[in-house]
Amino acid sequence: MNPKRKKRLIYVVLIVAGVGAAAALMVTAFQQNMMYFITPTEIAAGAVQQGRSIRLGGVVSEGSLRRENDGLTVHFKVTDNANEVPVRYKGILPDLFREGQGIIAIGKVTADNLFVADEVLAKHDENYMPPEVMEALEKSGAKSPHKPEAK
Amino acid sequence: MWQFFHKLASPKFFYDFSSRLIFWLAIVTIILMASGLYMGLVEAPPDYQQKDSYRIMFIHVPAAWMSMFVYMVMAITGAINLIWRIKLADIISMSCAPLGASFTFLALVTGSIWGKPMWGTWWVWDARLTSELILLFLYLGYMALRASIEDKTNASRAAAVLALVGVVNIPIIHYSVEWWNTLHQGPTVTKFDKPSIHTSMLIPLLLMAFAFKTYFVSVLLVRTRTELLVREFRSSWARKELSK
Repeated sequence: MNPKRKKRLIYVVLIVAGVGAAAALMVTAFQQNMMYFITPTEIAAGAVQQGRSIRLGGVVSEGSLRRENDGLTVHFKVTDNANEVPVRYKGILPDLFREGQGIIAIGKVTADNLFVADEVLAKHDENYMPPEVMEALEKSGAKSPHKPEAK
Repeated sequence: MWQFFHKLASPKFFYDFSSRLIFWLAIVTIILMASGLYMGLVEAPPDYQQKDSYRIMFIHVPAAWMSMFVYMVMAITGAINLIWRIKLADIISMSCAPLGASFTFLALVTGSIWGKPMWGTWWVWDARLTSELILLFLYLGYMALRASIEDKTNASRAAAVLALVGVVNIPIIHYSVEWWNTLHQGPTVTKFDKPSIHTSMLIPLLLMAFAFKTYFVSVLLVRTRTELLVREFRSSWARKELSK
């Protein structure tokens, strides 16, 4: 390679490496801000201020879903298998919402440690399979059974 | 082999060689896309959780993969142009931009349409969605930068540098779902583990991915040939082609 091209090659490598290093530093510095949601454990550790709008992520605890008589207000608990946060939400839930489902709730923690959500989003995982395969997995005990949509 | 590459970089040889290639690539694209869509939309079973809604993945996932792949092609050919000053590399880099922007746009729109029924929202500012949106802006910025500089040589170098700077976004997009918690799911196929998707759904997904790839290459070649003629219109071979 002639010296001119070599020099230009070095410049190209320097640009990519330099920008890469800068981005890596920035991303590490903003690590916490890049998180879309916080977990029940972080809430339990007192990481959030009361009355500040946050996004809580976790799994809806089995057997925790309860509807009020108005038919719109729901109570459930969000868990990350270490800690639980009770949630109250009034509104329409996404189709995928059910016990055992990963969800993200947007709202505030109140004084009595209740999370009041303004919005609930359902998270789905990266597994795709026909219903029969899921049933077979449940039967063999490889997967914990998932409930049909909570009514 | 090097000799072949040297020949390929010559505009005239490339022009002749690509005309035959486009024909075959178009045929392959049609076959792949037809079989991929049929297997994906008709034969594949519904998902245990998302029912039939998951089928949009047969467009969304290949489009998202292509949005990153095209960017890498654009950046690498840009670098080749910067270092070795190969005209053809610059033309390919330039032709990539609108295609990559289209794939990115398609991935964002189909993702949004998928997000509404499944997540319950059209859009969230999580790391995956945001970094993919930045990718779209990178493509648009690349095209705008090129268009704003009159001199073609300067334009190509400035654009190549921008493309190289933007490369940093590609690993961020890919790993965003692993490094941070996001609403977007984690990787299903592009990981070292076994893909967590049933074979009956994986096959149409891969067929569609290849269909998108051959589609991209054929359209890229068409764009490249046109730009070649525009830039080489003074040379004898281009005149001959144009007078046909």
